Amino acid sequence: MIDPAQDLDQTCDVLIEGGAVRELGTSIEAGDAEVIDAKGLVVCPGLVDMHVHLREPGREDEETIESGARAAIHGGFTSVAAMPNTEPTIEGEEGVKFVLGKAAEAGLARVFPVAAISKRQKGETLSEIGSAIRAGAVGISDDGYPVAQSGLMRRALEYVKMFDRPVMAHCEDTGLSAGGVMNEGRTSTVLGLRGIPGASEDVEVIRDIILTRLTGSRLHVCHVSTAASLGFIEQAKTSGLNVTCEVTPHHLTLDDEAVATFDTNTKMKPPLRRKHDVSALRKGIETGVVDAIASDHAPHSPEEKDQEFDLAPFGIIGLETTVGIVMTRLYHEGAVTLSNLIRLLSTNPARILGLPLGSLKPGSPADVTLLDPDSEWEVDPRDFVSKSRNTPFSGWSVKGKAITVIVEGRVLMRDGELKTPGVRP
Amino acid sequence: MKFTRKDLLGLEEMSREEIESILDTADSFVEISERPIKKVPVLRGLTVVNLFFEPSTRTRISFELAEKRLSADTVNIAASSSSAVKGETLKDTAKNIEAMSIDMLVVRHRCPGAARYLAGVLDCPVLNAGDGAHEHPTQALLDLFTVRKRRGGIDGLNVAIVGDILHSRVARSNIWGFQKMGAEVALCGPPTLMPQEIESTGVRVHYYVEDVIPWADVIMLLRIQNERLEESYFPTIREYSELFGLDSEKMKKAKPDVTIMHPGPLNRGVEITPEVADGPYSVILQQVKYGLAVRMAALYLLSGGQLESEAADQERKVDRSGTGSRSNL
Repeated sequence: MIDPAQDLDQTCDVLIEGGAVRELGTSIEAGDAEVIDAKGLVVCPGLVDMHVHLREPGREDEETIESGARAAIHGGFTSVAAMPNTEPTIEGEEGVKFVLGKAAEAGLARVFPVAAISKRQKGETLSEIGSAIRAGAVGISDDGYPVAQSGLMRRALEYVKMFDRPVMAHCEDTGLSAGGVMNEGRTSTVLGLRGIPGASEDVEVIRDIILTRLTGSRLHVCHVSTAASLGFIEQAKTSGLNVTCEVTPHHLTLDDEAVATFDTNTKMKPPLRRKHDVSALRKGIETGVVDAIASDHAPHSPEEKDQEFDLAPFGIIGLETTVGIVMTRLYHEGAVTLSNLIRLLSTNPARILGLPLGSLKPGSPADVTLLDPDSEWEVDPRDFVSKSRNTPFSGWSVKGKAITVIVEGRVLMRDGELKTPGVRP
Repeated sequence: MKFTRKDLLGLEEMSREEIESILDTADSFVEISERPIKKVPVLRGLTVVNLFFEPSTRTRISFELAEKRLSADTVNIAASSSSAVKGETLKDTAKNIEAMSIDMLVVRHRCPGAARYLAGVLDCPVLNAGDGAHEHPTQALLDLFTVRKRRGGIDGLNVAIVGDILHSRVARSNIWGFQKMGAEVALCGPPTLMPQEIESTGVRVHYYVEDVIPWADVIMLLRIQNERLEESYFPTIREYSELFGLDSEKMKKAKPDVTIMHPGPLNRGVEITPEVADGPYSVILQQVKYGLAVRMAALYLLSGGQLESEAADQERKVDRSGTGSRSNL
């Protein structure tokens, strides 16, 4: 069992009772309790993906809260934080309650709503942030759209201080990124595709750090993709600011040369960057500057992705590939220990979002993921339970898989089999 | 060598030998357009569709005439008359056209990669007639062909491409083409119109046109579009013209045998003055003329035709054995 929150890495029994962890210890006697043999597996606190798009309401053809929560379980995640860029936008009490209601109905992974910063994410005036947080929102974000006006971003950072929740910032200066469809550099030059310079991210990361210093608030930088942005975040942390950040599996494993075939499954925001950016992000994983790995799971329909690169929407899915990709490319390549990987996938995201999860301390909710670090499998989108298939990792051979997933004591996946498989599209 | 590609999408992926095989084939097609009866039965019975999602005069007419002179049946589809305006996807449009048993598709599209995308979707050969700022292979091939005709060869020449490199598919295809054929390429234009890391393709970059004029054996001017002003790539047309426009004054520093090219359409008085465009160094109309022969060659090779020399070899074999089909070139 590995639980970074308790600094535990040992072989032991975990007793779950009434939806909570009751006891940790060797040779626990529990009468006629159901026994899950985890020999050869890693038992860890349930994984938390702090950045997903579940498309409901509005694009239920691409994903629903239920299908997304099922994909989460299938990928080893017991909790996800759902971004508010739906149609309509998730904001205020009503929006948050809608998501929580759908998630409760599904009874799969926990779904924590992130509410919009601005009304309808238009970047003009604040949405009802307080009501949203009181109703259960774990953070606020206009993800998908940057908050262009510095004044509004300042107000958001200030206002949210009374609730102790993070502003989750999608950092992009659209004056620099407008019209761009991939990273600006040699590959965009050769392909004739309009570029998105890394500077478009860096400029806004630095702005938001400065505003965090001004307001004394909490900033979480979403999907960091450049070496420079990560450098600014490192400086901010060193100077004592409350700044955290996440990185996606694709930005840790792919660079912009992957776009050379015009494959629309390599099109996302922020775009795949340069090799040196990938190295810097991996280094950030090793040094601990990166707090969390989040998938930025962004489902899109096949017909929307199957068109000209310029016209295809940004985004790829990741809930069902994250564990395989990061275990293969980070853990098995020696860039990170299992304990630190679990910190990035569970302990830290739970802490940033203020959730009482991410640990198996006795008394904690019994959200548990069992990983088989040595299970080898091939990514085949047809095996996904997500409603969408848009992944650049199709055909990858990976090593490491979530085998059994428990949410609040309920075994939702056992030995790789979902208890409620749902209707596969 | 035998030309084995299914599609003609760009020069980046082509070898010098493949490029030469097209130019060599084009050599034998030039003469057809000089005949009183400008038609050979090379593509008789084949249907070629020209699918143009962007306005084009020169390239579309050139392809159409090339097809007609090879006796193909041709259909022209302009974006405004296609179902694209009704919301049909590019893939569906192309699949529907292919379902009518066409033999080749020529496509012009504003999105980079569109021709390659169609090549992956369709069984028939696809010719890229320009995809966004990506490639315009037949334009570069006709430029190479024109230079080879004019200068006797391309190896060792200094080629300067001047203008809006950032948005130019002609520049990209020529960067690959001229370098593969042994020329040295320099680019010149304002830094705002110079794509990031373009040096990594092997070219040199200059910001002063005066620096490349005395060096160049070939100067290719690119069209400056008015809409670039709206995005502040440069302040005014007047200033652009002053800094980069090729006029008689700047031409004084040029080599005595310099060759001036322009892919058209010309902005007279902007990137090139009329005296230079119509002067003795200009091969602008030859480019258009040879474009026809080069496109005939490309269509012929993609239809499964072979180089003349190989065809002749085969004819001899056919004559001996009395079997097989004769080359109809």
